[in-house]
Amino acid sequence: MMATQSHSHGSDTMNTQAYFDGDRPLFHLPKEPHHPDGHSTMLGFWIYLMSDCLLFAGLFATFAVLEHSYAGGPGPKELFELPLVALNTAMLLFSSITYGFAMLVMERGKKNATLIWLGITGLFGLAFLSIEMQEFAGLIAEGATPQSSAFLSAFFTLVGTHGLHVTLGTIWLVTLMVQVAQKGLIPANRRRLMCLSMFWHFLDIVWIGVFTFVYLMGVAQ
Amino acid sequence: MIPDPFPYTGWLFGRLSWAAIPIHEPILIVTFIMVSIGAIAVLGAITYFKAWGMLWRDWFTSVDHKKIGVMYIVLALIMLLRGFADALMMRSQQAISFGSNHGYLPPEHYDQIFTAHGVIMIFFVAMPLVVGLMNYVVPLQIGARDVSFPWLNNFSFWLTVSGAVLTMISLFVGHYSTAGWLAMAPFSGKEASPGVGVDYYIWGLQIAGLGTLLSGVNLVATILRMRAPGMSLMKMPVFTWTALCTNILIVAAFPILTVVLALLSLDRYLGFEFFTNTSGGNPMMYVNLIWIWGHPEVYILILPCFGVFSEVAATFSGKRLFGYTSMVYATIVITILAYLVWLHHFFTMGSGADVNSFFGITTMIISIPTGAKIFNWLFTLYRGRIRFDLPMMWTLAFMLTFVIGGMTGVLLAVPPADFVLHNSLFLIAHFHNVIIGGVLFGGFAGINYWFPKVTGFRLDEKWGKRSFWLWVIGFYFAFMPLYVLGLMGVTRRMSHFDNPALQIWFEIAAFGALLIAGGIACMIMQFIVTFKNRKQLLDTTGDLWEGRTLEWATSSPPPEYNFAFTPVVHDRDAWWDMKRHNYQRPTTGFEKIHMPRNSGAGVIIAGISVAFGFAMVWQIWWLAAITFVGMAVVGIGHTFNYNRDFYIPVERVREVEEARTRELETA
Amino acid sequence: MSNVALHHRSLDRAPMTRPAIFSSLPNPSNWPRIRALGVAAMLAPLLSGCNAIVLSPHGDVASQQADLVIISTFLMLLIIVPVMVLTVIFARKYRASNEEADYQPEWEHSTQLELIIWAAPLLIIIALGAVTWTGTHKLDPYRPIERIAANKPLPTGVKPLDVQVVAMDWKWLFVIPEYGIATVNDLAAPIDRPIRFHITSSSVMNSFYIPALAGQIYAMPSMETQLNAVINKPGTYEGFSANYSGEGFNHMRFAFHGMSEAGFQQWIAEARQSGLKLDRASYLKLAQPTIDAPVMRYGSILPQIYQLALNNCVAPGTPCIADQMRRDRETAAGQTPGSSHMGEMAMAPHSTTPVGASQDEEGDKLAQAPLRGAGLTPPSMLPPRPVLAESRSPASTTDSL
Repeated sequence: MMATQSHSHGSDTMNTQAYFDGDRPLFHLPKEPHHPDGHSTMLGFWIYLMSDCLLFAGLFATFAVLEHSYAGGPGPKELFELPLVALNTAMLLFSSITYGFAMLVMERGKKNATLIWLGITGLFGLAFLSIEMQEFAGLIAEGATPQSSAFLSAFFTLVGTHGLHVTLGTIWLVTLMVQVAQKGLIPANRRRLMCLSMFWHFLDIVWIGVFTFVYLMGVAQ
Repeated sequence: MIPDPFPYTGWLFGRLSWAAIPIHEPILIVTFIMVSIGAIAVLGAITYFKAWGMLWRDWFTSVDHKKIGVMYIVLALIMLLRGFADALMMRSQQAISFGSNHGYLPPEHYDQIFTAHGVIMIFFVAMPLVVGLMNYVVPLQIGARDVSFPWLNNFSFWLTVSGAVLTMISLFVGHYSTAGWLAMAPFSGKEASPGVGVDYYIWGLQIAGLGTLLSGVNLVATILRMRAPGMSLMKMPVFTWTALCTNILIVAAFPILTVVLALLSLDRYLGFEFFTNTSGGNPMMYVNLIWIWGHPEVYILILPCFGVFSEVAATFSGKRLFGYTSMVYATIVITILAYLVWLHHFFTMGSGADVNSFFGITTMIISIPTGAKIFNWLFTLYRGRIRFDLPMMWTLAFMLTFVIGGMTGVLLAVPPADFVLHNSLFLIAHFHNVIIGGVLFGGFAGINYWFPKVTGFRLDEKWGKRSFWLWVIGFYFAFMPLYVLGLMGVTRRMSHFDNPALQIWFEIAAFGALLIAGGIACMIMQFIVTFKNRKQLLDTTGDLWEGRTLEWATSSPPPEYNFAFTPVVHDRDAWWDMKRHNYQRPTTGFEKIHMPRNSGAGVIIAGISVAFGFAMVWQIWWLAAITFVGMAVVGIGHTFNYNRDFYIPVERVREVEEARTRELETA
Repeated sequence: MSNVALHHRSLDRAPMTRPAIFSSLPNPSNWPRIRALGVAAMLAPLLSGCNAIVLSPHGDVASQQADLVIISTFLMLLIIVPVMVLTVIFARKYRASNEEADYQPEWEHSTQLELIIWAAPLLIIIALGAVTWTGTHKLDPYRPIERIAANKPLPTGVKPLDVQVVAMDWKWLFVIPEYGIATVNDLAAPIDRPIRFHITSSSVMNSFYIPALAGQIYAMPSMETQLNAVINKPGTYEGFSANYSGEGFNHMRFAFHGMSEAGFQQWIAEARQSGLKLDRASYLKLAQPTIDAPVMRYGSILPQIYQLALNNCVAPGTPCIADQMRRDRETAAGQTPGSSHMGEMAMAPHSTTPVGASQDEEGDKLAQAPLRGAGLTPPSMLPPRPVLAESRSPASTTDSL
């Protein structure tokens, strides 16, 4: 789309012939090379996502250490309502699909369709968040607060951090919708939508990990 | 159990009350008065010289990697004074506090000092020093005009400053953590440390750590995407290689710090049970997590300095770096192994012999690539023409000093040896031996090496040499006794001793600290004298050391766009190669240059983050909420600014380059 | 405490004079002895002026650890010294003013040199790694003592002296169940009898360290570590916490007496004369933070006071961690917990040692200690299994993961 197709000078595989005038090495190119706007953005954002991934890795590891430390209290089987979580998972998966649709129409330059799909994505995101809030509220009402055992501390923190990411993603999504509405699908906005897309799908993958390791394996034991 | 010195008083001030102002601590009052006088003098001078506008426009809001790099180093040197003041206090306390004499620092004060010393020296001296050098040098070495994300770079810097400011505030409002530089749980938990000290620690590091993380992302992207044409990975200067590996380490290690500090906050603020003794909490997990970050952190600090030494050794030997390829692979191997050794910090936790042996041996394996590096520097000297300028002197001092620290480090990696030396002054001597002998000497080598590039004039040699000798001799006086004390079974973090036989060693160490103080004083003199004599010390060539890499291909100081024409790289020593081919600097055909625009958003958000951190420390929730929203609003508002770049008009480029041409002709 | 320090200072000898010094080596041949003697000779002038207790201790374990320090140092000096010498030689010879020296500005590679550069440290590390592997296993603090000293095998039928240690804010509590006594900040052991320490903490982390006796090990709340050691020479030695634990840390020191059997019995008798009893109430009182606590003796003890301390349930009404963990195991295994109540007798399934808890006057029974090692494996999830190796004490098997 943008950044990735641009100059990849510096890569080992490139044609170095262009750097010579006959046998004489050239120390400047006849045409000054130019880094287009946002030429590093995707890579940079990807690196950031990897660091975010490690943040979740830390939380997963913490959960793995503490997952059976119920302090004599209830465990996953008593606490988790799988149907609700499955519904929640569906919400997030749908939101990823609709974000995909938004990107497809963005490619074709359809601003309004993009906005609509983004809006639908945001609604799915909100649905996910409200179901999660409801789940948390239910747990706390039952007395399964994060303070009651190390297992619950780790559970609320891992799932809550994911939820916080979705919240940030939703705020970002709304911001981008305003910016797309204002400026249209200019390259800068496309780039931002691409970044958010990566972020959104990344959260989806993390959620699949949460769903599998925290909920399914917790209940299956 | 232990009463909270700052109980919650109400929503308006949270835990803040007059009790937080340490009026009963004469040392702090005097410090406060001195710092205030200093601050008023500086602010007054800035106002008097009407420099505020210049500072704001040209520095605070600057997205120029060079200026940001300089600001990082200035921050590091200022914080060095604070961290070293702490060191002097510890050394003097330990030198006098024997038997009936309890010195002048009671334990709760002493405990804050060693905590602050560690935190400040690592996070606000060593980190800004290496990040500053990387920021300044890497884009120049790779022939780029700036980093990949210039605004983010500015933001990262100011977040680091915010963390430092928050840490400094703790000196005069409330108190700092007494839990040591890694705030080990459960001691750092609410029960054993109910005050605000650990909260200052958490928020100071959380904010600064975020800055470091973003800076790491930025530099990795920069090195991977912004290199000049022809500069393949294996043609990158070694400093850039070490910078790449360091920033990969930052990106991969700092999230763990974020996590562990966040979990500790949840324990402290909301009563979660991660690292507590009850309800299934696991304090050992804290120790594991913090060292999973902490061990890579020391390689984050040392790798760029290895890069500096490589550049300096080659340049001042007038010779190619010996064994470039093995240097690069050694760096990569160290980067990977950095993650496989964290447990060596706590062999004494009672892991089995298999676990301990595994981590002991992985640790030793790191000494293989490190040893290879030392040999490579050694053979870089071999058959060279060595010029003993200050950067080279620091490098040689490093080579002779660091091997001792490396040896004691490997010794500590032998678990049974660690059982008798862990937490002793031997350990303190070891890590100061590698951090001062490696990181600080590297930083000083780098400062002396690149200062002419930054300013256009050399650093004064006479005061520099005085500083060098005082530092190096002072180091040996200060830390060799600690090795001996460690072998005498003296443990760290003590503020009082009973055994009078130990005192002489502490007195020698205190003498060493005084020598280092002299070294710092000479360093300050070096800067003052340099500034006074800058006309005589002027370098108009831009390449006074007969440099080898691209930063020496441009003027000193470089123009804001670094290179009027992007250089093409054919050789590892790109500039050496250009000179060898009788490179002629182009004097015509200039084009307009695309550059990022300055922005105040970074400094504003970081400024608000100080208030946010302060509000969180003192639990002034309304202020925390307002400042949090404030940061979000400024941050989101910043994304509505699409006008982030501009072109330097061709006339301006021509003007600058023609001035340079004239300068070179007169040189 | 200064008299303690002075006392053992007078007992010090230079490391090279200690006859048992290198006998711990895996290799029976004496090659390292000669070399290490050289190192000891180098270190001796430096250290003879000070009481380097770490290098000249009086317990067999610490002696072997000191040997490892010296052997490792020597192995590394093999490479460090040439590097330092070459650095000085090269820097001097190839100085710019020396026009006669060879100058090869383009010379940057030599395969042979590179091979040496990588192989030399590698060989040293292989040697050191082998020493580390054997030394770490041999000197594993959990491993029962197998000899009294070099050339002095363990007599058959000797039962180690069990000492239960609780690190408190800011003092040390020692319980000797065999004799039913407890002391604060003062400990004795007969010479040449193996000692087995069981170590925990009442609040924060500390590190239990008697340099003359053996290396340190952490004292951690709600967890137990072990240390096996033997003292070979009578004397009074310093013990302390080697891990910073707060305001009173400076004074978290105690005297450790190596005594003849008769002296030890007398020390026990002195403690027994104390009318104080270490029970729940006096434990809780003792656990309150105090700085520079005086030596105290308890003539009688509640037998399972250490287990209660370890399980963080000395205070009546607090749940014992072992019970919690057992219920957690049941929860995790899908059983319905809840039939249990606090303090119920529970056998940790991974333990192969019978629990020595007898009923105290309140009728509480107590679970086996919740042993947790390096913190990565929740021991509650470990399946029951036999002792891994004879060399390891049964209760420490969880720590090998």
